[in-house]
Amino acid sequence: MKDVREALMIGHNSEGKLVRRPLSPHLQVYKPQISSATSIFHRITGVALSVGTILMTLWLICAASGDAAFSVIQAFFASWIGMLILFGFTIALFYHFCNGIRHLAWDAGKGFELPDMHRSGKLVFAATIVLTVAFWVIALLVW
Amino acid sequence: MSTQDKDLSIKIRRSALGRARGLGSAKSGSAHWWAERMTAAALLPLSLYFVVSVIILLGADQAHMAAYMAEPWNSALFLALIAIMFYHLSMGLQVVIEDYVPDEAKRLITLLVIKGVIIFLALASAVSVLKLAFS
Repeated sequence: MKDVREALMIGHNSEGKLVRRPLSPHLQVYKPQISSATSIFHRITGVALSVGTILMTLWLICAASGDAAFSVIQAFFASWIGMLILFGFTIALFYHFCNGIRHLAWDAGKGFELPDMHRSGKLVFAATIVLTVAFWVIALLVW
Repeated sequence: MSTQDKDLSIKIRRSALGRARGLGSAKSGSAHWWAERMTAAALLPLSLYFVVSVIILLGADQAHMAAYMAEPWNSALFLALIAIMFYHLSMGLQVVIEDYVPDEAKRLITLLVIKGVIIFLALASAVSVLKLAFS
């Protein structure tokens, strides 16, 4: 037995034979819902942003190292692959930001009713798109 | 003592002082939960500040970047962002790892490696900001 939790997953079939009961939930048989989608996206964007901090650290190290190193990393961010990474980073940041507010509201005991939760979930997706587009409109004007 | 208090005193097998301090079997009570929420709340303004800083510094040369970080409020806000953001993400990644790595030895090693990397990234970022601020 690999894990003590497996002891709870043993059952009997109709012939009385011991069998391993299936693990729940089976993601592939679930219809995607706003609640599950917003939840897993919060995790994915959180992990993606964590990986993204490596880039922020490199940016700061290059800036502290001097002119040559900093121009290399600034040129990388201005390249198409750099911009694509930054684009993903902004989507992840704005999503995690908006859904984080939603989580803090839940922690305060607000917005638990299913219609409220569905509305706030849709609002998070809409706000993510609006903020990301706004960021890139401003960024491309300034750059 | 009301009937409700009597029920509680039977169900919660913990000294009154221990209960008051929020110390359960994990010995840290609700501190971890609060730290997650407090860092999240602090990161709302700090991440917006970071986004604005990135826009200001798009395509900037090193002199511009150094001048930006030489402003005390910018270096202070970046140091606050670095400390709170890396603390927040270390707690978040810990929860994710604890959920998806069932093997105890693998989980312990993964947590140690990830936390080590996080501490190094945080230190490298902070030292870089301080170097820019003081040079």
